[in-house]
Amino acid sequence: MAKRIEVNGLDIYYGNFLAVQGVSMTIQPQSVTALIGPSGCGKSTFLRTLNRMHELVPGARVEGKVVMDDQDLYGADVDPVNVRRQIGMVFQRPNPFPTMSIYDNVVAGVKLNSKRMKKADMDALVERSLRAANLWDEVKDRLSKPGSGLSGGQQQRLCIARAVAVQPEVLLMDEPCSALDPISTMAIEDLMMQLKSEYTIVIVTHNMQQAARVSDTTGFFNLKAVGEPGGLVEVDATDKIFSNPSVQATEDYISGRFG
Amino acid sequence: MSTTPTTSESREAGPVGPDKADLQPARLTHGSLPRRAAPGVLLAAAVLGAALWLLGVFGPVAATLLAAALYTAGLYLWSRSVEGARKAFDRFVTAMVTSAFLLALLPLVSVLFTVFDRGFERFDAEFFTYSMRNVVGEGGGVHHALFGTLIITGLATLIAVPIGMLTAIYLVEYGRGRLARYITFFVDVMTGIPSIVAGLFAVALFQLFLGPAARMGVMGAVALSVLMIPIVVRSTEEMLKLVPNELREASFALAVPKWRTIMKVVLPTAAAGIGSGVTLAIARVIGETAPLLVAVGMTTSDNFNPFDGRMATLSVFSYTQYASPGVPPVFSLDRAWAAALTLILIVMVLNLLARLIARFFAPKTR
Amino acid sequence: MPPTTEKTRTRGAPQRPGDRIFAAASTGSGVLILVILAGVAAFLVSEAWPAITAPAEDIPGDDSFVVYVWPLLFGTLLSAFFALLIATPLAVAIALFITHYAPRRLAAALGYVIDLLAAVPSIIFGLWGVAELAPRTVEPTRWLEENLGFIPLFEGPASATGRTILTISLVLAVMILPIITSVVREAFLQTPRLHEEASLALGATRWEMIRMAVLPFGRSAIVGGAMLGLGRALGETMAVAILLSPSGNVSFNLISSANPSTIAANIALTFPESSGLTINVLIASGLVLFAVTLLVNMGARAVINRRREFSGAN
Repeated sequence: MAKRIEVNGLDIYYGNFLAVQGVSMTIQPQSVTALIGPSGCGKSTFLRTLNRMHELVPGARVEGKVVMDDQDLYGADVDPVNVRRQIGMVFQRPNPFPTMSIYDNVVAGVKLNSKRMKKADMDALVERSLRAANLWDEVKDRLSKPGSGLSGGQQQRLCIARAVAVQPEVLLMDEPCSALDPISTMAIEDLMMQLKSEYTIVIVTHNMQQAARVSDTTGFFNLKAVGEPGGLVEVDATDKIFSNPSVQATEDYISGRFG
Repeated sequence: MSTTPTTSESREAGPVGPDKADLQPARLTHGSLPRRAAPGVLLAAAVLGAALWLLGVFGPVAATLLAAALYTAGLYLWSRSVEGARKAFDRFVTAMVTSAFLLALLPLVSVLFTVFDRGFERFDAEFFTYSMRNVVGEGGGVHHALFGTLIITGLATLIAVPIGMLTAIYLVEYGRGRLARYITFFVDVMTGIPSIVAGLFAVALFQLFLGPAARMGVMGAVALSVLMIPIVVRSTEEMLKLVPNELREASFALAVPKWRTIMKVVLPTAAAGIGSGVTLAIARVIGETAPLLVAVGMTTSDNFNPFDGRMATLSVFSYTQYASPGVPPVFSLDRAWAAALTLILIVMVLNLLARLIARFFAPKTR
Repeated sequence: MPPTTEKTRTRGAPQRPGDRIFAAASTGSGVLILVILAGVAAFLVSEAWPAITAPAEDIPGDDSFVVYVWPLLFGTLLSAFFALLIATPLAVAIALFITHYAPRRLAAALGYVIDLLAAVPSIIFGLWGVAELAPRTVEPTRWLEENLGFIPLFEGPASATGRTILTISLVLAVMILPIITSVVREAFLQTPRLHEEASLALGATRWEMIRMAVLPFGRSAIVGGAMLGLGRALGETMAVAILLSPSGNVSFNLISSANPSTIAANIALTFPESSGLTINVLIASGLVLFAVTLLVNMGARAVINRRREFSGAN
């Protein structure tokens, strides 16, 4: 069910400000694609254009093509809500809904859209999603408790369970571990390795070791110069990027000479 | 009252130069009042004030004011002679600021005491079960006015809350650019409309359709809603702004349309605060008198139909009982105070309710 | 850079009916508020117009509308001005006490106590003013007449009932105290901690710190809060209507029993027994009050908003 995304000549604007210029890349299905680069180079902005979250910022717009399944996500009559149904997202800080229980958080995507579902099906969906997020054993006895009572790492896995419960094709992760301790980070990374058999995963991370550990493909984003828009410098197999990149700037960044 | 002096800042510290060793070490201490100086002076002043009151030289209020003045002056002079002018002035300001606060408590305490004291004279079962129909002199009650107040305020709430909440949603979730700025500004301005003007607005509005003699409950409700809308907008807006943007994004990322996100994520998260704000807004308008006096008028009998003629309300009842008492006036005045007591109790219960709503319906974390 | 850059639409995407209805409803409510405010002005003008254009002999008092409303406007401004004079310094001191002198844990509770003053209905302040406050002002006003009678404000003869402009100003001051306090308190709380610590580090006493850091920062909030309070005092009706013994003269004498009335109180006292053109006259006087308070409030908001922009608090 995972799908391939082709990005072609994507320019991303905030109003008249060109933030990211000329991104073209292919995101492979059933693999983890990591986006790395210094702060402010447009990785997260790019990630948010993949499920049309970018346009929630007033004045934000894009030019270019993002094609999934022969369909341009930015085509004239594409409903962004339908795009997001197929491309889920996990955020930097865990954000479970504070008014909902753990159970309700998992099925939020179903319930918020007022879909009818049998209780047994719903229970099964909750268990399946929580198991997929490696959280089932920890919370199965307190599903009716508020989700905000969990630890940070558990909350983030709850958010992943919530994202996979709507059965998307693609999972976008925006620095999902940056607010977590090392042990929780490891749990999330293990989870990503499992999830990639079913989903296309794109992760933005500041942590280069993490990119090296979990990803199959790595894209390096950078600013051309101060005041210039950011852009994709190169994208290649993760092994190649970390051992023998073809662009000097990538090597400088990887080896810690800047950024 | 005042804080006790702690280690004071150095002010006579000598210049710090390269040949520090030749100089006296900078002094970090200097003359200061004993730790219990402030409470001591206060006690002395209070005793003196109490003595003058008990001896009948002054009334209680004058004696209190005198004691406060004595305390301020005494502490200032003592501190000035020991600690210097700057420290003394600091103590003086502390005493003044504290007195200002206590002074503001004086009317509050006095109002509450007076209302409870005089209101209890007629605060009985008859007062709440009888109207003023055919009552001359003793007896009678506020049955008609109590329900009139509840009906009119309820109607006003029904008008004001949807408009106010939707406007707040517009301002927080949709509003951009000039229209939003205008609305924000004029909502602020609207909070300052005098209540009597709101009453006149309702009169002028209905006069166009129903002629000059029209007095109806719904006219009062319209007037009150004009006063209530800006309060509801403001408090709802504050609460919606407190909802973290992350929750909206989480919901959008789950493919939930914007309006469902607002209805099912944003509003429930802010529900406690909004409920509390609406309750406070009700408390604010339920005691309004002037707009109801001109728009609804007064009657002596039960009339619970807000679309048919004059209705009685607690506040206007209290006013008319006071303004046109019978002979002897005492029964009428007692009723006025009892109605005032009822009103203040309702307001206090609403205020308390607002706090409880905010506390118990806030999103739980555990 | 790939050759094809196709401009995509992000605005024109099809909207769900739910989204469209909801956006329209909330925008409509916002616009409705502007309409209501314009409606308040429009209806008042349309009902006031007959009074403004009416021949003098039809106006109560057999003179033009301006002559009718002038003493009322004077009384409104006089009582509100003195209320402001009493309340503003007190409110600043209370705000200081709550933000910088009271123990931190108590601050919220103390603020709530002051807010309780705002919750008391104005009719109750009126009853209280007549029953409790007015009799207590009789002695002091007599003293003022004897000792400071050379000042026109205290010329006397002192009222024997205490129902004077001075008493009204005191009650109004109590009533506008909470609103001024809350605006000023808000600003004082936002004083940058660094400014405060900077002046303390220079060896300032607490008062010197407040004078150097807190008061300058809160200055426009004090002005704005005071103007908001002024707006409240101008429009206050019932407390004045109950306390007042109107005579319709124009005088600065604060302590005599012959007082100018105020616009709001005059409406409340006269309206219930009025008919015909008198109602139009009263609505016209209400329009004058509306205009005055609107100006004051717009000024206040402009001052407060400007401070907000410059403070960097957002």
